Amino acid sequence: MSELTNPATIVQEPETPGEQATRRAFLAAAGAAGLLYTAALAYPIYRYLASPEEMALSATAVTEVTLKDAQKLPLGSVLMFKFGTAPAMLIHHADGRWIALTAVCTHLGCTVQYEPQADRIHCACHGGVYNAYTGANVSGSPPKPLKLFKTAVNDAGVEVARA
Amino acid sequence: MTSKTTPSTVYDWVDERLGLSELAAFARHKTVPVHSQAFWYYWGGISLFLFLVQCFTGVLLLVYYRPGAEAYESVRQITFVMHFGWLIRSAHAWSANLMIFSILVHMFSVYFMKAYRKPREFGWLSGMVLLGIASVFGFSGYLLPMDELSYFATKVGLQIPMAIPFVGEALANMLRGGPDVSEFTVQRFFALHVVVLPALFLPLLAFHLWLVQRHGNASPPSEEAKPANKRKSIPFMPNFLRKDLAMWLISLNILALLASVFPWALGRQADSLVPAPTGIHPEWYFMSPFEMLKLLGSVLPGEAGEIAGILLFTIGIVLWILIPFYDTGKPSGQRGRAAHYFGLLAVFALLATTVIGYWTIR
Repeated sequence: MSELTNPATIVQEPETPGEQATRRAFLAAAGAAGLLYTAALAYPIYRYLASPEEMALSATAVTEVTLKDAQKLPLGSVLMFKFGTAPAMLIHHADGRWIALTAVCTHLGCTVQYEPQADRIHCACHGGVYNAYTGANVSGSPPKPLKLFKTAVNDAGVEVARA
Repeated sequence: MTSKTTPSTVYDWVDERLGLSELAAFARHKTVPVHSQAFWYYWGGISLFLFLVQCFTGVLLLVYYRPGAEAYESVRQITFVMHFGWLIRSAHAWSANLMIFSILVHMFSVYFMKAYRKPREFGWLSGMVLLGIASVFGFSGYLLPMDELSYFATKVGLQIPMAIPFVGEALANMLRGGPDVSEFTVQRFFALHVVVLPALFLPLLAFHLWLVQRHGNASPPSEEAKPANKRKSIPFMPNFLRKDLAMWLISLNILALLASVFPWALGRQADSLVPAPTGIHPEWYFMSPFEMLKLLGSVLPGEAGEIAGILLFTIGIVLWILIPFYDTGKPSGQRGRAAHYFGLLAVFALLATTVIGYWTIR
């Protein structure tokens, strides 16, 4: 055993090398068994607690969402929906344009709100403002723009896809 | 371990404030008797270990369990959707049964070693209350999945308090949250199971363990009769503790094996319109009282039988609880022998009625 050559252990009483070797071997085996037990207990518990996270991961793999009957959305109004697990918004602007964006503020993750009068996107948490056509962060705390989705309108509904 | 031979400033700092060295000195002087029946000393520790497993797996189940109308769906989700949820639920259910079993072994070994005698009466009494709470833990936990078996077992179990004169029906309705077992029952059993019972159990358990530290392990009368220099003992630290932990490890292995090889089943969702499944029976630890009531019912039919059964049962339990005040004497005493035979009778009655109970399932 290579550990025998290591002089680092402090032995309280003088022991013969044989005694030392069995004690070391025992401690090593006990330590290994302890690690194995810890792993055997920790792994299932970790997977158990992480289950919803894994389910969310498969949900975020979504690349396209069809919003049934969303083509009937009146001018100047908004439809909130979930893209995967995250909130998103579909805006039907007064000029007829269709815009879909993520609805999660890039500052601290609040859900943002479309304000038709001001024709802007506003975050109530810290007063961030975004452009309602491009998603660009206009003023306030947001560091990044909201992501735009591609939209396709047909008779059955609106298809929203990752840009 | 840091000891006085290796002075450490951090240890000294903490010691000065918390008195660790007093604790260490106490642990050094604590001994455990060694004799032919010393094997039975481990069962209290095993029960404690399994209780800790219950706390731990219980908290994990609590992460996804939803009481009330969604109870069955959430247990289905735990069992079939969440990774290893089946294993955690299985471990909780198996450990519950093993815990009741080891508490019973612990109780009977204390009984036959006469460890309830002076000055350990409070140990016996607190232990009996702990067993009582443990069985309510079992009964309330059994309903929580709200599958067919748990639904009917609870329905039948709550018929027993109905037989108590005058207050029976009100009591049963209070426990059920209405005239029938429903989502209200699950909700209040859940509150009982995870809040009320632990709040009662934990301080009592602390008291029970403190008493063990205060009085030490009792020796059986055969050992007490020996002169002091003939009796052997081992230090608690580390000799007995090491063996205790080895028993914990064995318990953990048995539990892991049972929970993974025989995963706890989940029946169909409870439905009051579906007839009770054939072969339905209570958990094994309720089989004996259930069967005793049934046998008495066949001798004394009707309400008289029910009341007589409950009365007889209550008297038996009260006598059992009060045994330290009856059997206080020396090993050779008349009362000591009477208590011993009463114990044997109790074991025989429990085993016999349990066997008859399982035998007559159809």
